[in-house]
Amino acid sequence: MKQLRTAVLYTIISAVFLGIAYPLVITALAQWIFPKQANGSLIVRNGQVIGSQLIGQDFSGPGYFHSRPSAAGDGYDAEASGGSNLAPTNSILIQQVEQRVAAEQVGTAKVPVDLVTASASGLDPDITPAAAYYQAPRVAKARHLPLVAVRKLIAQHITPRQFGLLGEPRVNVLDLNMSLDQMHY
Amino acid sequence: MTANGWLQIAVFISAVLLCARPLGVYMAAVFERRRTWLDPVLVPVERLLYRCTSVSPEEEMRWTGYAGSMLIFSAVTLLLTYLIERLQQFLPLNPQHLGAVSPFLAWNTAVSFTTNTNWQAYTPESTMSYLTQMLGLATHNFWSAAVGIALAIAFIRGIARKEMKTLGNFWVDMTRAILWVLLPICVVFALVLTSQGVIQNLKPYTVAHMVRPQTRAKTVNGKAAPTAALTQTIAQGPVASQEAIKMLGTNGGGFFNANSAHPFENPTPLTNMLEMMAMFLIPAGLTVTLGEMTGSPRHGRAVLGAMLILWLIGVTVCYWAESQPNPLFHGVNQQTTALQAGGNMEGKEVRFGIADSALFATVTTDSSCGAVNSMHDSYMPLGGIVPLTNIMLGEVVFGGVGSGLYGMLIFVIVAVFIAGLMVGRTPEYLGNKIQAYDVQMAMLYLLIFPLIILGFSAVAVLTPHLGLPGITNPGPHGLSQILYAYSSAAGNNGSAFAGLNANTPWYNLSLGFAMFIGRFLMIVPMLALAGSLAAKKKVPESSGTFPVTTPLFTVLLTSVIVIVGALTFFPALSLGPILEHLLLHAGHSF
Repeated sequence: MKQLRTAVLYTIISAVFLGIAYPLVITALAQWIFPKQANGSLIVRNGQVIGSQLIGQDFSGPGYFHSRPSAAGDGYDAEASGGSNLAPTNSILIQQVEQRVAAEQVGTAKVPVDLVTASASGLDPDITPAAAYYQAPRVAKARHLPLVAVRKLIAQHITPRQFGLLGEPRVNVLDLNMSLDQMHY
Repeated sequence: MTANGWLQIAVFISAVLLCARPLGVYMAAVFERRRTWLDPVLVPVERLLYRCTSVSPEEEMRWTGYAGSMLIFSAVTLLLTYLIERLQQFLPLNPQHLGAVSPFLAWNTAVSFTTNTNWQAYTPESTMSYLTQMLGLATHNFWSAAVGIALAIAFIRGIARKEMKTLGNFWVDMTRAILWVLLPICVVFALVLTSQGVIQNLKPYTVAHMVRPQTRAKTVNGKAAPTAALTQTIAQGPVASQEAIKMLGTNGGGFFNANSAHPFENPTPLTNMLEMMAMFLIPAGLTVTLGEMTGSPRHGRAVLGAMLILWLIGVTVCYWAESQPNPLFHGVNQQTTALQAGGNMEGKEVRFGIADSALFATVTTDSSCGAVNSMHDSYMPLGGIVPLTNIMLGEVVFGGVGSGLYGMLIFVIVAVFIAGLMVGRTPEYLGNKIQAYDVQMAMLYLLIFPLIILGFSAVAVLTPHLGLPGITNPGPHGLSQILYAYSSAAGNNGSAFAGLNANTPWYNLSLGFAMFIGRFLMIVPMLALAGSLAAKKKVPESSGTFPVTTPLFTVLLTSVIVIVGALTFFPALSLGPILEHLLLHAGHSF
């Protein structure tokens, strides 16, 4: 009986300490030291939130760089993150990839794999440099821009490995497309 | 595979090993109640807590008392979480006005977090309120991790003590694990995560007006209706504080459905590296604590050696398999070049590529964490076999905080016993004669585990309408999905071949029981063994004693783990991932 009393008291006290005080203290510190990051690295244009630096958005049409396929909700649903969870032997996956290849293919060159496969989060903000360069001719043509200028823009937007070591080189699609829009005008 | 990939793997393990020794020595001091530099701040808090909860810190417990306290505490915390989930619509900090969690799901989730499993049969961002996440779930990340550490410390005391009936005080060990080990690291870790972009707020979800509005065919009432999506609703929440303990406590329950693949949980390659290190940090440190508290640091290193060997095999196979192209894709460039990682990118994030994803998958299943930064269900057959096998080996390769070490020490007992049989002497382990009762308890621990996995999987596969409708990847992969689910539950891992539709009454109930048995029914024989060891007279080492401090012992221990695992699970694995591998390369899809 004494053990039960201890267990109940211990649960209540430590729950308040670890479940309320700890996250609130961290929230206060985070909001004070890193307010931008703590609130989602939001991008504001003309007083309106247009997205997050870290959360991918869907782009379609020939004039924009396309993001990766997304299995989050109907695509890039930031309330329902997740991957397709399709196995490599699942015929649904094979079919999907076939359709995506048909949609993305330029000439006869093979399509970079990240452009035809769904990401883990469904919110991947990045594509590989390979996938960006692959789309350059299409984007340049649709926007009547010289190919060299578009390729240069991509080169400027490549995020290298962190500290030259960690992760993989990548291109943030939202960033790239926003710069592209500015180039247009 | 690339040189950069291997370099990252080398940097990861070096960093873990560098931290292991100072942390392990520190933990030994914490649990032997010697002075540490945090004492001036924490001792008053500790004393106050004991006074409020009427704990007498000097009172030692026998193994039965220790187990009893642990079980009562777990039951009370489980009930608390169940109630919070069921009542969240009446409670504060619910800006999205989410309703009550259904009873089956609430039971499953409460068990899942109490047992350090963190299996999630739901989409958190649309199911759990901020209060439920903070007070109902993140608290368990601390408690279940602290319970694990306490149990490992009790087991180490059992080995080290002679002719004593007690193993320590459960409440004291747990309190010290929380205050001295978990909380200080978490505060620093959470802020580092935030600096990289992990969110930490209590705001309602943000509505963003997208750069390029989308027109897509949405199904409304069964009819296709094109709708213009102008906005993107971005989920928010107190993520960093939960992320830190989720990784450090090897819990693994994501704030978001995509877990550590979600850019708000794991935004950069640096956070990814730190999250992986956090999973191995305490388990690696505990091997040093083992050496310190038993007075045989070389034994601690021999155990760590076995973990390193098994880790390296796992990561090598997984990295190799995931770097391979999918032979069923046509017109797709899957080459590894300077401009792309190539390989199997379905269910992986570009910022992590192949190396960081394969390493994460290996680490999260070596430890009993279960967080994922890529979707294991979409792994190549021989890539997915690595996480599955890691769990089936009992998560003793580093393992969960505490649970990994005591699981490993059970294998140590078995290895010592086998060595004793080979030379025909009564086996000894650090001065303890290993007798029939000890081996029985060790075997009980080792047998319960496969029994849950294979037993439940068999029922799920063979009974119509129970397990099979949940399968989403037909063919041999379907069996892998079910095997993975029960392995993950029994091993208290929590990762999944997540395509499996597990939010059904059958899966919620049966996986809940698997988690329950996999935690508590295995802890009881483990503590009984610890109690038995503590009571023994110590025998001095002689020339006939099989040394547990040498590379030879490391090899023997590794072999015992692999052989036990292979004998138990190879038939099931051959019908799942191995068959799938062969069929994939024969050009079959399902």
